[in-house]
Amino acid sequence: MALSISQIFVERRRRLRLPRFRRRSLPLILGCVIVGAFVLAALTIDLWTPYDPVALAGRRLQPPSLDHWLGTDALGRTLYGTRYSLPIAALVLSVGVTIGVLFGAVAGFLGGAVDAAIMRLADITLSFPPILLAMAIAASLGPGLFHTAIALIIVWWPIYARLMRAQVLNVKVLEHVDAAVTSGTPPLRILVKHIVPLCWAPILVNASIDVGQVVLLASGLSFIGLGAQPPTPEWGQMIAEGAASFYQWWIALGPGLAILLISLAFNFLGDSVNDLFDPRSRRPA
Amino acid sequence: MTPAAGNLLEIRGLRIAIPSREGELVAVSGLDLEVGRGDILGIVGESGSGKSLSMLAVMGLLPRGMQVSGSIRFAGEELIGRSPRQMRTVRGRRIAMIFQDPMTALNPVLTIGAQLAEALKIHQPALSRRERRRKAIELLELVAIPMPERRFEQYPQELSGGMRQRIVIAIAMANDPELLIADEPTTALDVTIQAQIVEILQRLQREKGLSIILITHDLGLVASLADRVSILYAGRVMERGAVEAIFHRSRHPYTAGLLAAIPSIEGGTGRLVAIDGVQPSLAERGPACPFHPRCRFALPICAEREPPFTWSDDRSMTACHRASDAPFTGALDAG
Repeated sequence: MALSISQIFVERRRRLRLPRFRRRSLPLILGCVIVGAFVLAALTIDLWTPYDPVALAGRRLQPPSLDHWLGTDALGRTLYGTRYSLPIAALVLSVGVTIGVLFGAVAGFLGGAVDAAIMRLADITLSFPPILLAMAIAASLGPGLFHTAIALIIVWWPIYARLMRAQVLNVKVLEHVDAAVTSGTPPLRILVKHIVPLCWAPILVNASIDVGQVVLLASGLSFIGLGAQPPTPEWGQMIAEGAASFYQWWIALGPGLAILLISLAFNFLGDSVNDLFDPRSRRPA
Repeated sequence: MTPAAGNLLEIRGLRIAIPSREGELVAVSGLDLEVGRGDILGIVGESGSGKSLSMLAVMGLLPRGMQVSGSIRFAGEELIGRSPRQMRTVRGRRIAMIFQDPMTALNPVLTIGAQLAEALKIHQPALSRRERRRKAIELLELVAIPMPERRFEQYPQELSGGMRQRIVIAIAMANDPELLIADEPTTALDVTIQAQIVEILQRLQREKGLSIILITHDLGLVASLADRVSILYAGRVMERGAVEAIFHRSRHPYTAGLLAAIPSIEGGTGRLVAIDGVQPSLAERGPACPFHPRCRFALPICAEREPPFTWSDDRSMTACHRASDAPFTGALDAG
């Protein structure tokens, strides 16, 4: 049987998808490259730096040189921070998004008292400035990277609960959901099969932008001494040390630049992901 | 009228009321209808005449807060008052429903095959993956979809409207239901595709002994597909019976008006004829004949008392005080 015209268009669009994707997304490439470089560095740093980050090296407080590109700090550590900052962000977001999506989906789907209870809880959490709430929680749990992560998760989930609830409210009135109801699908299955899969786009977009935010906030907590403790080479904590020794400017510069770059890269990524999911916001090439 | 024992679905005195601050609003009142096994019943009525609400009541899917009374018996069992869990074993399994717009009735993120398998999974969980796939392909063949193996992997948005409506029918037929409720199944399709869908529905009725309730505005569709028809207006049945009796020997001014309003190809290019006025809103429905304000044949009694049903022939009945004065020629004038 010959292909109908609409099928031909579908086929053509399939073939065209890749080139269009390339043309439109310089920020995507930039974001990917920067993030990729950081991840690569974190994974392979042992292979190409001859120095142990937490060992007390002989050459302390050296300005940048050929041997030590970013200089050495009081404890002679080089830039190992990626190994802490990125996993923290990944942990916070994966757990935070999971909790948020679960609560948001249930709230939006069931409505009524359950919805009200979950959303008021989220509202209460969101009514605090995030940095203050995170500080309070981290301080009461005591310093440490893991506690920082818990604090950030508590601060982060309501955003996703709200997003997810809004999406579910939009999707659950679509006709295919009615069709599923009329074919006798049990409620939980309707939520999982026919509603949630249509809700992911804004969640993913938001999450990819938020990675940078989480890195920033986690470093912030470490900077004020509530997160990672020395000698962990976490960026915020390293900047805090650098701030004390003003004339060794390179100590704060390295991790500072790293935070800047990684936040920027994830913002680029998030924007591009948004463009891919939402054709209406796509800028002309 | 066919003996009650042979009916698959029998609705008696169905009343659907919506409580409100100004007292309850009666959306459907005293609705009777029956569908025999293997019969096709057309339900015709304007928007708001209660046809969709009645069908939702059959499926047990009325919005919370609506009050239902009367009786809906399906294969001899009462459906009103069943628990949601009990209703789920009926929905999709014994009574299936298809919707007006095939563009939105399918899940956009699942392949056709996955959606067919889903329908099978819910009511026949014992089937293996392979059996499900085989049945799904059979279903696609049943609704005359070419290259079912290929369609299986495709997403709804890759298919045309007519193709999608056939998929929707295939999904509805997945569990061999006894009754199919088709809510304006051809309204969103173009005319040539409509004919294909009609043909498929006819074939399902013939080959599978499927009973169909056809909800529509389209009198032509009723004429070509249905055996019996109910004309609804403002939540009440105006006239019901065999299609040929109602269409050729209508004894109700509303039906006469509807039939007169169908534009004919010889009719020239004058204004389309219409029944003057609008259907009374929920709050305006009283005990009188709901059609009397728009009826050219209304008598004083029409504004006072609800007309009783009278037999037109042995299978058809009419609710009109003036049924004996039929036929109502000139129910409408070209305006």
